[in-house]
Amino acid sequence: MGESAQSMPLWGVVLLPVALLLLGYWAAAWSAVLTARAAGTPALGALAAPARESARLLVQQRRTVPGADPLLWRVGGAVVPVAAVLAVLVVPVAGRAAGDLSVGVVWFNAMEVLIWAAVWTVGWGANSVWGLVGAYRFLAQGLAYELPHMFALITAALGAGSLRVSDIAAAQGGLWFAVLMPVAFGVYLVSSLAMAYWGPFDQAVGRDLSGGAAAELSGVDRLVFCVGRYLMLAAAAAMAVPLFLGGGAGPLLPEWAWSVVKTAAVLALLVWLGHRLPTVRMDRFTEVGWVVLVPLTLLQALVVAIFVLVGW
Amino acid sequence: MVQTVVFAICAVASVAAGVAVFRVDSMARATLALLASFVFAAVTLLLLELSYLGILVVLMMVMEMMIMVVFMVMYMMNPAGLMPMTMVHNNRGALAISIGVFVALAAGILLLPWPTPGPPAPGDPTRDLAEAIMGSKMLVMMVIGMVLFATMVAATVLATDRGRYDRYGDDLRRREPDDPIRGGVGR
Repeated sequence: MGESAQSMPLWGVVLLPVALLLLGYWAAAWSAVLTARAAGTPALGALAAPARESARLLVQQRRTVPGADPLLWRVGGAVVPVAAVLAVLVVPVAGRAAGDLSVGVVWFNAMEVLIWAAVWTVGWGANSVWGLVGAYRFLAQGLAYELPHMFALITAALGAGSLRVSDIAAAQGGLWFAVLMPVAFGVYLVSSLAMAYWGPFDQAVGRDLSGGAAAELSGVDRLVFCVGRYLMLAAAAAMAVPLFLGGGAGPLLPEWAWSVVKTAAVLALLVWLGHRLPTVRMDRFTEVGWVVLVPLTLLQALVVAIFVLVGW
Repeated sequence: MVQTVVFAICAVASVAAGVAVFRVDSMARATLALLASFVFAAVTLLLLELSYLGILVVLMMVMEMMIMVVFMVMYMMNPAGLMPMTMVHNNRGALAISIGVFVALAAGILLLPWPTPGPPAPGDPTRDLAEAIMGSKMLVMMVIGMVLFATMVAATVLATDRGRYDRYGDDLRRREPDDPIRGGVGR
């Protein structure tokens, strides 16, 4: 676990989950504003909607289901926010990450994949048919996006010649990877939506299944599960900054501020996309993923590899 | 010292999770216990400073176990696998085999000479590992990869009951394939 010389000070490590929570709140509030605007209700009042909803869920009584597997059900929901926090440990802020692993990209992906287990367990543990169908849908979704997602991550690592996230951020001195490898960046954003089961990839928790994997969740369990989803979205947005958007590079503002601004912007884009696009059926998206996205990302990796070999 | 403690905790936890696989009465719990066992085993690789391999084991095992549990639940005798079940079969045979394997491995530990400490660990084990795998063995890896891929394609082709003549018509002139599930890439 090679740590780089510049690791984050301890207060930064403590602050990291708080920062992620704030970003998650920003995502939830922006989502509420978009919903309010679409419904024609005052958008300003929607800014407090996530806080109100959280308070409501905190005092709501837990629903019990006959024949449930309470252990798996509760553990599964708790894993979602934990995985998101673990994933951002490798994201450098102002050039320093909490744990700047030499294989940070792989670590990030491994923590993302924990979501597979978490959502499946939540859906299965509830002993509800809707939950089970939602859980199966989520695994099918995982199979559809995971390979393009991996190729997108690897392409960024290939461009920098390192799996260390701070190296990847530092390698974009002249030009951001979002410009050099637009396909990888686009696929990364799309798969980020899918990994956080956010629209248009929200079929696993879709309304047609009365909430799918989350169908039977109530009270604090639902709060943890939903907060975890926003944290995951925020983690994906935070990782997009060092991978494709030049990390903290930018004029005037200090590096950490640029990281935050870029993350918030990517997050806003992701949330907005989720609201704009209709839900995609997974049996259809699987074909798109394998027939279109996998070859596209492979070609992108080939182009980047050639560029790396000839030395840009 | 810290390494020894972490190793001991993970070794015990890994074995305990492995035991749990055969003690629980639910396919989901059995699968997740097996997953926990593998994750604890992956920590051993991290202790050996093989961070790439260790994290990769976590990554692959989570994906693999989640796919496996779906198939396991799907093929179980009771609907959706939600009824109590047991992972233990042929107890006597299993006991004989496991005791035999344990004795053989323990004898190996005690009888074989242990390797002396070699050169110090390289600075970047990931790079060394990649060169060890991809350097002289690249041709073997690629051939094996192609054979595996060809096997998968062949197995799928043999298993499916619909060929290209079903999809594109007898003269293969149909513009859009006739698939049971519509949608996807422009259909």
